[in-house]
Amino acid sequence: MTPPTRIIAHCRISQGVVYQNGEALFRSEETDLAGFLLSVYRHLGLSYPKFYKMDRLSKLGWLAAEVLLVAAGFQPGTYPAETLGVVLTNASASLDTDLAYLESSKAQPSPALFVYTLPNIVVGEICIRNGFKGENAFFVFERFDAGFLQGYVGELIENGLLRACLCGWVELLDERAEAVLFFVEKKQTGPESRFTVENLTKIYQHG
Amino acid sequence: MDKLMADLKVQIIAQLNLQELTPADIGNDDPLFMEGLGLDSIDALELIVLLQQHYGLKLSSPEEGPKVFRSVRTMAEYITTHQVATA
Repeated sequence: MTPPTRIIAHCRISQGVVYQNGEALFRSEETDLAGFLLSVYRHLGLSYPKFYKMDRLSKLGWLAAEVLLVAAGFQPGTYPAETLGVVLTNASASLDTDLAYLESSKAQPSPALFVYTLPNIVVGEICIRNGFKGENAFFVFERFDAGFLQGYVGELIENGLLRACLCGWVELLDERAEAVLFFVEKKQTGPESRFTVENLTKIYQHG
Repeated sequence: MDKLMADLKVQIIAQLNLQELTPADIGNDDPLFMEGLGLDSIDALELIVLLQQHYGLKLSSPEEGPKVFRSVRTMAEYITTHQVATA
């Protein structure tokens, strides 16, 4: 019998708190979003100079992926890179960075900012960091859509295109930020929740 | 020239968001690209912006880039030569 797809781990970053599988991992005292993201980076003890060059959306998604993959016990080489995918969604696309670029262009347009004026760049940053080379996509919805995510990612895994997928919601605009990511793969037995619309919704709403 | 190179190191760190570096980490003759600071093509564009913003200089041709941006010293030499030339 084909093993079911399961949610191996999940992560949330919102309102100044980082959650790993529902447990609060880190609370920041920083009041502005840029300071908060930097405090998470430092708390995690990471050393990745490219982080400082990323836009805020990429920093948010990249940090959430770091927390998620640790929780999932992800080990590079477990699956072929071409079977590891990333599918992300949000409501504001790259509008936060688009506006920052527009502002910078009034004086001197910033090439470093311009390259982040697409929402799927965060997907690329996660793939580069973790060596994922499989299917990747970024979709824009008004709100988190568990039905779409389960259907799209589930299909990629069921038809064998992917062995595992990092997926979820990475939303950021002004000082509001919310990332909820899931790592899913096929697994016969275990305590992990099945990859269903109900479980995705429950985790999104309640952590 | 020493003052200019010291200024350039501070400006490069700020312009390129190299927050894990201090000016002392950048040698005057260290390569800025590849095996040196590991800068990329987007950083090269930012260095061009830096020259325009801080020194009012525009590279006259793209072919000059690799020579001008080889190190902090070559940038300083370019600035010194061309600011004198345009003064």
